[in-house]
Amino acid sequence: MSHPLIQIKNLYKSFGDTEVLKGVSIDINRGEVVSIIGPSGSGKTTLLRCINVLTKYDKGSIKIDNVEIGYTNDDEDYRKERSENQLSEFRAELGMVFQLFYLFPHLTSLENVMLGLRKVRKLSKVKAVDQAKYWLQRVGLTDKINSLPSEMSGGQQQRVGIARAVAMDPKVLLLDEITSALDPELVGEVLEVVQKLVEDGMTMIIVTHEMSFASDVSNRIVFMDQGKIEIDGSPSEIFDSKNERLNTFLARIKK
Amino acid sequence: MDYHFNFSYIWRHFDRLLYGLALSLELALVSIGIGMIIGLLLALVYVESGKTIRFFVASYVELIRNSPLLLLVYLIFYGIPSIGWFQYSATTSFIVTLSIYSGAYLVEVFRSGLASVPEGLIDAGKAIGMKPWQRLISIRIPTMFRIILPALSNTYISLFKDTSIASVIAVPELMYGAQWINFNTFRIIEVYAVITPMYLVTGYLILLSLRQVEKKFAI
Amino acid sequence: MEAALSSLPYLMDGLLVTLQVTLLVVVFATIIGVILGVGISYGPLWLRILVRIFSDFIRGIPVLVLIFFVYYGLPAIGINMETFTAAVVALSIFKISHVIENTRGAIQSIHHGQMEAGQAIGLNFHERLIYIIFPLALRRFLPPWINSVADTAKGSALVSLIGVVDLMLAMQKVIGRTYDAMPVYIVGLIIYFIINYCLSLSSRKLEAKYAYIKE
Ligand SMILES: Nc1ncnc2c1ncn2[C@@H]1O[C@H](COP(=O)(O)OP(=O)(O)O)[C@@H](O)[C@H]1O
Ligand SMILES: [Mg+2]
Repeated sequence: MSHPLIQIKNLYKSFGDTEVLKGVSIDINRGEVVSIIGPSGSGKTTLLRCINVLTKYDKGSIKIDNVEIGYTNDDEDYRKERSENQLSEFRAELGMVFQLFYLFPHLTSLENVMLGLRKVRKLSKVKAVDQAKYWLQRVGLTDKINSLPSEMSGGQQQRVGIARAVAMDPKVLLLDEITSALDPELVGEVLEVVQKLVEDGMTMIIVTHEMSFASDVSNRIVFMDQGKIEIDGSPSEIFDSKNERLNTFLARIKK
Repeated sequence: MDYHFNFSYIWRHFDRLLYGLALSLELALVSIGIGMIIGLLLALVYVESGKTIRFFVASYVELIRNSPLLLLVYLIFYGIPSIGWFQYSATTSFIVTLSIYSGAYLVEVFRSGLASVPEGLIDAGKAIGMKPWQRLISIRIPTMFRIILPALSNTYISLFKDTSIASVIAVPELMYGAQWINFNTFRIIEVYAVITPMYLVTGYLILLSLRQVEKKFAI
Repeated sequence: MEAALSSLPYLMDGLLVTLQVTLLVVVFATIIGVILGVGISYGPLWLRILVRIFSDFIRGIPVLVLIFFVYYGLPAIGINMETFTAAVVALSIFKISHVIENTRGAIQSIHHGQMEAGQAIGLNFHERLIYIIFPLALRRFLPPWINSVADTAKGSALVSLIGVVDLMLAMQKVIGRTYDAMPVYIVGLIIYFIINYCLSLSSRKLEAKYAYIKE
């Protein structure tokens, strides 16, 4: 068990003619919290989606626990795409929280959290309810168990989104700008929940523009620009960096 | 304009109208039920299939949508038994017709409903590890239904009105009851004075109750 | 099949009647429907209420009731019409209600801002209607209008039930002579299909052409 949990090597991804990821390599260890920052359009979302194979990568490799996730064969020239059913099994081990929540609109918050436990984890109803309630309590929504997404604030919806992801007991949690769509006064309650998960020792990749939060919770911060990783270092290394692009970026988001 | 109203004949035969109204509602309900099954299955087939199968589904949809309902009613009631395929009662024949007819409209409704399920919801289902058919059953179809509810309500109401065409093959629904009274009493104006509000009020009540359902399931 | 083909000229006569009914209904319904549709959008309150009641009433009952009422019912109070006239009147009344909703929808869909922009450049109400609202509304109005023309063509089959010898009744008469229903129905199906399909295709083309209007 000495290998990193996630190994990404030389990852490439294009949408049509636009190359979005241009050789991204990064390793992430168990229990590590890595924040990804960078200007909009630099490929952060695409990278997260590739890790979850919501987007198929073209070249390079992503291994989780030493298993290539998007393809059945290691040899890049001959490898075959995995079937949707196989991908589903990998995705069950990764949690993802979206910028726009994407709660299932026809289900209550309890049912949103239960769905994966029932259908994917095949838990009994009683156990699924128990676990879902536990996680909704952890994110502070005990009183919203029976509410529909349309009856909740953005902050509450996003906390359900987090509960839905962590209830699956994933190896790693992928958070994609989870506070960007929220009114400023609701950001705090969501970050607090993430903070608690960090204290639990959860492995996380966090795409965020909340710099002070990132430097508080992260072991490492990665700066992405134009489809490449520019800098990968500890929070203090990042903020002391003399990299011009990074400093332009940091100056811009401070405003 | 010295027409003397006399409703007593109508009230004497009012049970025919009431029975007819109930049958109209039933015809519409059964047909939309079967039509929804046809519509949903074909919409799924359409969404998940290649060109050839899509062509067949689209042909059914376009053929039916571009034909007069009256012609379909005749074709299925007189035409098909005439070449010795099936024999069925007028009521059954009309239900078959209206089901095929509504099915064609509903394929389109369901197809566009499925297409407007937000991609992000499907991604969210993928992200918790749901398999394609699980996403279909638990996410895409339930969300789709909520999106298309208003269109479904409209379809039901217009089918309810279309049941009046069943009178041409002597299915004893509301319109047929009205014509029966016409021919036997000649109180034509009175008959229309009674069945018009029956259609209007029933249609309106259906609309109100379906709006309640829509509100309950709105997303 | 031969019988069906040999009676094709007769069916064509019927088709001509179907097209005549359709054309007359579309012309009447469009003129009156657009006027009432503008009325329900900009008219005084009493007019809006009247038009609303008329439209909801007509759209709430089956067309067949309307057709039978005009042909069989009205004579009882002294209004007699030939079958063809009765058919055109009944279908026109029905179609008017739809054109009203069409027109209202098209006018409503025009952005408020465009009306205000018109105000800003100094156009009066009538000029704004003619130069800004109508041209924009027309693009919204056309596709559903063509759809409703197609609907009229196929909905007009119901007038065969009061004895107008349109395509539908011509088919029935041929079948009455030949006792061979299926081929005639299939030929009829194809003819109706061609008319309607061409119309709905052109509607879709128009819709796509004007799609940019949907802001
Ligand atoms: N599905 C897609 N199809 C085409 N282009 C895409 C798609 N997804 C992302 N892109 C493009 O890829 C680039 C990177 O996008 P993204 O990964 O979302 O960046 P970030 O999350 O850093 O803002 C952008 O230029 C975007 O337009
Ligand atoms: Mg992004």
